[in-house]
Amino acid sequence: MQKIIVAIKRVVDYNVRIRVKPDGSGVMLDGVKMSVNPFDEIALEEALRIKERGTNVEVVAVSIGVADTQQQLRTALAMGADRAILVQTDVPVEPLVAAQTFLAVAKKESPDLFFLGKQAIDDDANQTGQMLAAIWERPQATYASKVEISDGKALVTREVDAGLETIEVDLPAVVTVDLRLNEPRYVKLPDIMKAKKKPLDVTSLEALGVSAGLLLKTVKTEPPAQRQKGVMVKDVAELVDVLKKKGLI
Amino acid sequence: MHKVLIVGEHDGKTLNPATAKCVTCASGIPDREITIVLLGADTAAVAAQAAAIAGVKTALRVDRPENEHPLAAIFAPQLAALAADYSHIFGPSTSFGKDLMPRVAALLGVPQVSDLMAVEGPYRFKRPTYAGNAIVTVEADPARKLMATVRVASFEAAPTGGNGAVESKTVTVALPSHTRYVGAKSGSTDRPDLQTAKRVVSGGRALGSAENFKMLFSLADKIGAAVGASRAAVDAGYAPNEMQVGQTGKIISPEIYIAIGISGAIQHLTGIKDARTIVAINKDGEAPIFEVADIGLVGDLFQIVPELERLVGG
Repeated sequence: MQKIIVAIKRVVDYNVRIRVKPDGSGVMLDGVKMSVNPFDEIALEEALRIKERGTNVEVVAVSIGVADTQQQLRTALAMGADRAILVQTDVPVEPLVAAQTFLAVAKKESPDLFFLGKQAIDDDANQTGQMLAAIWERPQATYASKVEISDGKALVTREVDAGLETIEVDLPAVVTVDLRLNEPRYVKLPDIMKAKKKPLDVTSLEALGVSAGLLLKTVKTEPPAQRQKGVMVKDVAELVDVLKKKGLI
Repeated sequence: MHKVLIVGEHDGKTLNPATAKCVTCASGIPDREITIVLLGADTAAVAAQAAAIAGVKTALRVDRPENEHPLAAIFAPQLAALAADYSHIFGPSTSFGKDLMPRVAALLGVPQVSDLMAVEGPYRFKRPTYAGNAIVTVEADPARKLMATVRVASFEAAPTGGNGAVESKTVTVALPSHTRYVGAKSGSTDRPDLQTAKRVVSGGRALGSAENFKMLFSLADKIGAAVGASRAAVDAGYAPNEMQVGQTGKIISPEIYIAIGISGAIQHLTGIKDARTIVAINKDGEAPIFEVADIGLVGDLFQIVPELERLVGG
């Protein structure tokens, strides 16, 4: 194990209440707090733990996005990544294009592991890791809740609908992480200072030979249908009465 | 004519109801012909179930020993080879489909539309983003194959009563050896499956312990319900991961959802928005869960739950 790449996405902070623009052209992003996608933080934490257990593992944080994405990469560096790469672009990047970009990075860097969050909390697509694994022609272990590395292999426990599933994959491999893999560390002030001196390279889609472009057209964004406000009951007897009248129990 | 291929989910014996929900979704496409493909070691039983879903023309069996376990790295190249004959390829938005379908899409070099919740045309769909807080309408290019996962909570299962054909197909593609199935652990119970249950009793952090959480199992058994949990309850170790309901857990649409001691974080609400009736029991009358609940009861769950169990038994 020599190198781990971790994908970092800049997303609207999970505490922000999302509002749709009145003209249906998207969601309001002006002045909204942006953060590292929470699943990507878990992915980075896992990479750092592997680094701290072993020797000479380099952890590289990679992101694709606008110039300000450097903020999220600085956070990753402060958490403990050794260096960062920003593939800077102003156009929205769909999962397939993100996967092609990460493939170009993987070919350059030859990592043993490529960690990603299982999904980003903005587009909720849940695609990029699987797509990267496909075009890299490497294994994928999605929704990881436990990762054990030994002898060029990873034993990964996955959270699936029926419970837990374990698979073994040869390295290099793509691993996408789920909520309960670990609890990411908090960043301390001295680490933020130190992170300022760590290398952060900026490159572009063109330099990596990836053609940007939207394959799907978003024609409208609207708020979800609201549920009607319901009734309050005063006690259990009334609750059971209402449920029985509705034929629900 | 749109030829739709649906990737059937099954355990070798039983077809997952998510498959029949995909059929309903696909039926929204005008002028279509629906095929369900089943990959497995022996798909005879599940192919017969698939062919019996109304609206299905063909159940396609792809049997080979390597297909015993649903590994995306093994299934994807076979599906990519089969895709040549179809315009649309759908799979369920379950952990099976979410793992598999993007791998197929990337092998085909096409984008995927995740979590279809409404079909507005053969290449125009609605899907949720931002934990369901923004619904987007997307249009795909008809020149490309349309790959999608189907948000199963948005569709009723198509009924049985169909009379489709069962065909076997040999797919000759090289399969990788880099991914191996080791084993599975499931907290399988006699309770209804959370994803398809008509009734769900669900608990949050307020239950306080795994021991207390057992109260909900007792209530659930009394009314024949499945048991769910909020992320907070799962993180705290009160309930196993497969019970988690919400943005990153299961998205469900039962007839009745009884939320007990769940405050109603937005990520949780996105998992229950399609429930027909939501009942909320919480000691905090200001909890956001009451904003979506059809019936609310403010009070101490440790008194309410045993009383509820006693009264529903009558």
